[in-house]
Amino acid sequence: MGHASAMTTHAITRTSWFPAVLGFGTVIVAMLLVELFIRVGLINRFIVPLPSDILAALPRVIIEEHVLSRFLLTAAEAFSASILVTIFGVAGGVLLYQFRLLREATETWVAAIAAAPLVLIYPLYLVIFGRNATTIVAMGFTAGIAPVTLKTLEGLAGTRRVLINVGRSFNLTPWQQFWKILFPAALPTIFVGMRLGLIFALINIVGVEFLINFGGLGQLINELAERYDLAGTYAAILFVILISINVFVLTEWLERWLRPVE
Amino acid sequence: MTLPKAAPRWVQPVTALRIAIIVTVLASWEALAASGLLYRDVVPSLLAIGKALFNLLTVPDMPVDLSRLGLQDTKIPAIYWHLYVTFYEIAIGMIIGGMSGLVAGIALGSSRLLRQAYEPLLYYLGPCPKIIFFPVMIMWFGVGPGSKVAMGAISCFFPVALNVAGGMREIDKVLIRVGRSFRANTWQMVTKIYLPAMRHPMINGIRIGLGVCLIGTLLAETKLSNSGVGFLVIQAYSLFNMPLMYALLIVLFVIAIGANAVIGKLGGLDDIKRS
Repeated sequence: MGHASAMTTHAITRTSWFPAVLGFGTVIVAMLLVELFIRVGLINRFIVPLPSDILAALPRVIIEEHVLSRFLLTAAEAFSASILVTIFGVAGGVLLYQFRLLREATETWVAAIAAAPLVLIYPLYLVIFGRNATTIVAMGFTAGIAPVTLKTLEGLAGTRRVLINVGRSFNLTPWQQFWKILFPAALPTIFVGMRLGLIFALINIVGVEFLINFGGLGQLINELAERYDLAGTYAAILFVILISINVFVLTEWLERWLRPVE
Repeated sequence: MTLPKAAPRWVQPVTALRIAIIVTVLASWEALAASGLLYRDVVPSLLAIGKALFNLLTVPDMPVDLSRLGLQDTKIPAIYWHLYVTFYEIAIGMIIGGMSGLVAGIALGSSRLLRQAYEPLLYYLGPCPKIIFFPVMIMWFGVGPGSKVAMGAISCFFPVALNVAGGMREIDKVLIRVGRSFRANTWQMVTKIYLPAMRHPMINGIRIGLGVCLIGTLLAETKLSNSGVGFLVIQAYSLFNMPLMYALLIVLFVIAIGANAVIGKLGGLDDIKRS
């Protein structure tokens, strides 16, 4: 009997839907527990608002705080930064690939920049550009450019020898060789870099919006927190997380779609 | 017959190009500073930055009370006190975030069910901008170092957990079977098999974790604090002391890039790249 029930449990945990339900269920149970603890007074409700209040605050935050226009502002900043990151990052990668000496001299520098805590220079950008969208876009650009450069370089350098030889045997000019062979071969890796660049830019943009209290979604959290609107703050954070997750999933899906079948 | 001497290291083309780039950048900076094209002091001269850096590191401007130790009161450059505060916050944040990340990573890596259930949550929460949690951390842990430690810990948790979970999955199955056949208990499995076998992904996770912990802590300091290097940076901003701000940023970047390189070296990450 015990053996049979163990078998059933095993069969359930092996199903495709069980892990998702378990993960999602844990979050729900945790929320319910927090709700209970606050209601019985184990958690101070002036520090952690009731999860039900947070959910109830979501529509209020979305409508009264003009979340749509804030979202569009943040999206426009992220989009501008991404365009700049793509143009300059890909150009930088191509430059480093074409000039071997330049690559040998600076690749480690670019890698060091990619690993450096660049967002800390935001006060400098505040001085240079002022407290406006330019600072935010510039910060996103600074954060995203190094990964795009490195991934472009990686993609170009990783072009299969046989493809390059095919180009040579067709007597392609360097220009044709680049556009017909190297660039298409590197494109999937470049897209990986662009996705990284976009994510880095987005994280930094929302972060700086929060820090300098200007712009879209990041500022919303700051404002609600300064108003001591607890449920609203938590709801806004939840909202930003949901948006970020959507962006990650969407770009991941796009990347997979663009990847050639091997 | 004498062999021709090898060219000295500094005339190698790569080194020459590096020097040329650095010289060009510094010269353009100085030209820009002198040109007056930008607002005054936005691009201060290199001399002013160098002077600010020297003053920052050497001029003792903060009294230290050593009477409890039976020593005479003295003064130290304030930067060292703020570096100590920041270092302390980062260290505690790393310990809390790193240890919980390690435990979560081992749990996720050792069970298929746990991985499928919870790894997506970590995977998608991981890249979210952590600084937005700062208002919540202030409410939970106050405006002092507690909220900065919390920011560091949250930031560091995700990369460590995800890297450790990934590392667990990459462990050679043979090693695990060896452990099992020796009837190792869970603790022995963790300390004798799992941890040594996934040293590299773990160190890599810690390296990324340290980077984001540093960012989380320092950004929190720039937002709301009265000590730490982040506080000094934002204070230099509000006083419009640009040479000081550049000097502080130089100190920060040297420390951050240095720490990154040291962890990479200690963990033998260079070996992986070569193999």
